[in-house]
Amino acid sequence: MPINIQLPLTEEHVRTLRAGDRVLLSGTVYTARDAAHKRMAESIREGKPLPVELTGQVIYYVGPTPARPGEVIGSAGPTTSERMDLYTPALLEKGLKGMIGKGHRSEVVKQSMIDNEAVYFGAVGGAAALISRSIKASRVIAYEDLGTEAIRKLEIENFPVVVINDIYGGDVYIDSVAKFRQDK
Amino acid sequence: MKEISFAEIVHQVEFMCQKANFDLGEDVYSAFKKALQTEKSDTGKEILSQLVENADIAKRDQVPMCQDTGTAVFIVELGQDCRITGGSLIDAINEGVAKGYSAGYLRSSMIYDPLNRKNTGNNTPAVIHIELVEGSQLTLHMTAKGGGAENMSSLKMLKPSDGVQGIKDYVLDVVKVAGPNACPPLVVGVGIGGNFERCAYLAKKSLFRPIGVRHSSKEIADLEEELIQQINRLGIGPQGMGGSTTALDVKIESEACHIAALPVAVNLNCHASRHQTVQMG
Repeated sequence: MPINIQLPLTEEHVRTLRAGDRVLLSGTVYTARDAAHKRMAESIREGKPLPVELTGQVIYYVGPTPARPGEVIGSAGPTTSERMDLYTPALLEKGLKGMIGKGHRSEVVKQSMIDNEAVYFGAVGGAAALISRSIKASRVIAYEDLGTEAIRKLEIENFPVVVINDIYGGDVYIDSVAKFRQDK
Repeated sequence: MKEISFAEIVHQVEFMCQKANFDLGEDVYSAFKKALQTEKSDTGKEILSQLVENADIAKRDQVPMCQDTGTAVFIVELGQDCRITGGSLIDAINEGVAKGYSAGYLRSSMIYDPLNRKNTGNNTPAVIHIELVEGSQLTLHMTAKGGGAENMSSLKMLKPSDGVQGIKDYVLDVVKVAGPNACPPLVVGVGIGGNFERCAYLAKKSLFRPIGVRHSSKEIADLEEELIQQINRLGIGPQGMGGSTTALDVKIESEACHIAALPVAVNLNCHASRHQTVQMG
């Protein structure tokens, strides 16, 4: 049975979650992908404030399709996370507690997640039409000029994810794959 | 000499772009259903059933199955006795892509140039390969190719002495390195032979063949079968979260090459293997 979590993520949530747990997330998340990360990293470097207070928050790596008239959002599945790796440790140090994406993280990011007690969730890549059904509200709050890459504040309900990396070094992409490997 | 109008091509391309993104092909859909019967991981099964549900929603509501609605890639078979009237073939395809992506609320994922990275706003330009063929027909094969799987694709100039074993090792290695990033279960396209650029093209072209259809040469077909089995023993599974369904299919195309060469290209496709074909004339 999946674990239900109401966001923002607390220290207790983060300490309880283990790689492989299926989770349904509800509450607020912020979207950001390549271009928004680049800008946030520049702001941090220049000592300027970020457009979002990150403490306890979750960032979802997504660039949705345009919403049709009357729709909350278009299709909105996860993009590949490793393109954000370069910028991620600085955000974790600012209090970011969770990330939703798909695919491997670098060793540096994994260590930073352990050090800063944050978790990485995987959503199902390519299940974007289904995922968008669990997004109940969407509003652009920063970098509007970036279009699909702008930062959006999303309200989600029972958004299905799997814990990929926990704060104890667990990694589904290594541990679960080893379990099903038959070639050695 | 058969004539095909610019407007007709625009209209067909517009339709193809939307259909590719909304309606998952029957071949992929059946492959999901089949994998659901054989997948050994519970999480893997859950993911596969989400993909089936996702395809159902996309088709029913005519919305994109994935937010990455892809680069529009075309392989065009242009009959040498066919003439395009009212404008150029390339312009017609690009106009169809622009219209199809805008009207269908599909994401524009193309940028003007790789250094300055400003979005073109209508998903053009398309990537267009033209093959001149006999006859008077115009056949357009289109795929909406997502960035995640394309990024994990790879090409290597092997040595002839590496042989079939070298090809197999390399394909498995590319799939292993890609892991979850390319959105498995994958369709793995392999080009063997040609030269550097032809080999990459062959790998891409192989992905246009529907899932379950084997190569006409028995030797290549057997290699496809063997690779499917070996890839599915890697344990990567749906979304790389562990399991027995890593590849829905492996496609190989091969071509003549230089005595010193054994080029191999692996073009990965995510499970949203979106291809459309339209014949005109």
